[in-house]
Amino acid sequence: MALAKLKDDALAARLAGLPASAASGWLAAAQTEARARLAAMGLPLRRDEYWRYTDPATLNAPEVPSAARFEAGDEAPAFDGIDRLKIVFVDGVFDPAASDDLALAGVEIERLALAGQADIHWAQGTYGVLEARGQTPVARPFAALGSALATEGVLIRVTGQATRPIALNYHHVSDTSDAILHHCVKLEAGANLTLLESGPGAARLTKVLEVDVGEGASFHHIRVQGRDHERRAATHVFAQVQAGARFKSFTLTANGRLTRNEAVIDLVGPNASAHLAGAAVGDGDFHHDDTVFVTHAAPECESRQVFKKVLMNGATGVFQGKILVKPGAQKTDGYQISQSLLLDEDSQFLAKPELEIYADDVKCSHGSTSGAIDETALFYLQSRGVPRAAAQGLLVLAFLAETIQEIADEAIAEDIRSRLEGWLQRHAAKGAT
Amino acid sequence: MLEIKNLHVKLEDEDKVILRGVNLSIGPGEVHAIMGPNGSGKSTLSYVLAGRDGYAVTEGSATLEGEELLEMEPEARAAAGLFLAFQYPVEIPGVGNMTFLRTAVNAQKKSRGEPELSAAEFLKLVREKAKTLKIDADMLKRPVNVGFSGGEKKRNEILQMAMLEPRMCILDETDSGLDVDAMKLVADGVNALRDAGRSFLVITHYQRLLDHIKPDVVHIMAAGQIIRTGGPELALEVEANGYADILAEVN
Repeated sequence: MALAKLKDDALAARLAGLPASAASGWLAAAQTEARARLAAMGLPLRRDEYWRYTDPATLNAPEVPSAARFEAGDEAPAFDGIDRLKIVFVDGVFDPAASDDLALAGVEIERLALAGQADIHWAQGTYGVLEARGQTPVARPFAALGSALATEGVLIRVTGQATRPIALNYHHVSDTSDAILHHCVKLEAGANLTLLESGPGAARLTKVLEVDVGEGASFHHIRVQGRDHERRAATHVFAQVQAGARFKSFTLTANGRLTRNEAVIDLVGPNASAHLAGAAVGDGDFHHDDTVFVTHAAPECESRQVFKKVLMNGATGVFQGKILVKPGAQKTDGYQISQSLLLDEDSQFLAKPELEIYADDVKCSHGSTSGAIDETALFYLQSRGVPRAAAQGLLVLAFLAETIQEIADEAIAEDIRSRLEGWLQRHAAKGAT
Repeated sequence: MLEIKNLHVKLEDEDKVILRGVNLSIGPGEVHAIMGPNGSGKSTLSYVLAGRDGYAVTEGSATLEGEELLEMEPEARAAAGLFLAFQYPVEIPGVGNMTFLRTAVNAQKKSRGEPELSAAEFLKLVREKAKTLKIDADMLKRPVNVGFSGGEKKRNEILQMAMLEPRMCILDETDSGLDVDAMKLVADGVNALRDAGRSFLVITHYQRLLDHIKPDVVHIMAAGQIIRTGGPELALEVEANGYADILAEVN
């Protein structure tokens, strides 16, 4: 009982610091339901099974710990060279002047703040619905918070082949901004969309993305999280992948005091596939947590989880990944790998891979490793004239390559690769070995 | 070219002494061979010259054209013109052979203040050199040494040597694990690089490699010292009688 009380108190304190939901129309009803879910679970504590490796205190705190914005210098913003439809949020607030017209052939794009006022909307079937389903068996309070209190976000319905990616760009200006965003994406049968996300969003960001991938549809998600050193984020992706549909998500995280990225993916129709990949690089005060739950609820589905972290100067990486194969999900092909490269003895990687299988004709594999840079390979490169720092950079990129391979678009993959190279050069220059 | 004087080396973490006063002088364009029984310190000598961690030089010096090698980082030694063909070439998953070669060539050019090769120039050069070593396009595309046969790995070493054009080449048991045809291919690759300005130090257990790469001078190494030096006939003597006679004579 004491635990429940602590969770309730934490929630009450956090809610007291936030404006109450001002939604009307269908959104008000959805947010009321989410609020009830949230109230039933309270905010997480370190004692919770899925928060053992990541302290939620600063995510719970009513006051946002200060985070200065990162100055990227002359470096080009993420996805700058990609032809895309740009939607900009500043500290969690839509910026119409910086955004493109929300018009794209075969796609309906609406702001949550406006579309939520209607009485009836397609998003009623998605908003908070996938999130609510994803609360079992593991509670995800910050996702319920995101559904209950988001005032901004986009609702995207794709009926055809999107001719260019939609890019959500999250700026961070105020040192103490506390942003809550909630997006819904629905791909109708056979539709196709690439969604890009970039930027820190706020000093503290709580974000929910719900994706319903219809039969034979294809959704590709590539995200670059902001580099602000002190920023904190709790993000969630909930996806339902229907028969023959493809879901792919890649995340690059460089810097950030605390990042918790949760992905809850349900393969609900036969022959669906879901690929989740993450590359994280951290130096010093960096805590990065990937918490992934993939459910095979239909036969002949395929899933891959590829998460790699490069950690130095006391950085911490966490991976909690599960594959659940439900009864009847025969011919499941599930793969999970989580690896860390520890560039010094102060850094640490905590991994909890899980498999739970209730079908007898499946192929599931998982592996987790943690290791140092290969000194023999380093010497080999140096003996050919490659300076030590550059040699280490090559080996680190090679280590992360398997995650980048999950990006289908070569121009986007190259953008990610060059971003990583830049980061590695800057951090090698600081004297890290 | 290479002057090694009274070189004493021990393992960094243990008291084990491996080299006990090695003296060696290799002139420009010369090919020297070092032979010796297992554990005599031949490979250690090559690693110490290339700058591998784990060894402590307690006495002596090694200079390449007058420059002290032992104080330099491995990459600086490479840029100064030293090349070690590894006995066991290292596999590097995730790094393409072509990327590796180009990075190495341009890193050396950069550190010598020479203009770097463009992608097109590099490609032309690597194709030309690879062809003579019978290295196909697939081997160039694959990750460095990953899934290569023993012979492919050794040919890849010689390709690197051909691309980097070092002045002092050390071949550490390049013949190990090679069949006769592969050894001939590797030897042809080495012989093609022989010229008046480039020297070789060939480390081997067996005389047979020296049938293909003809040395000017042969040294016998045992217990961390060079105990005999002679002409090519010394290698034939070892082949016929083993090391026992020479070791007995010295003791």
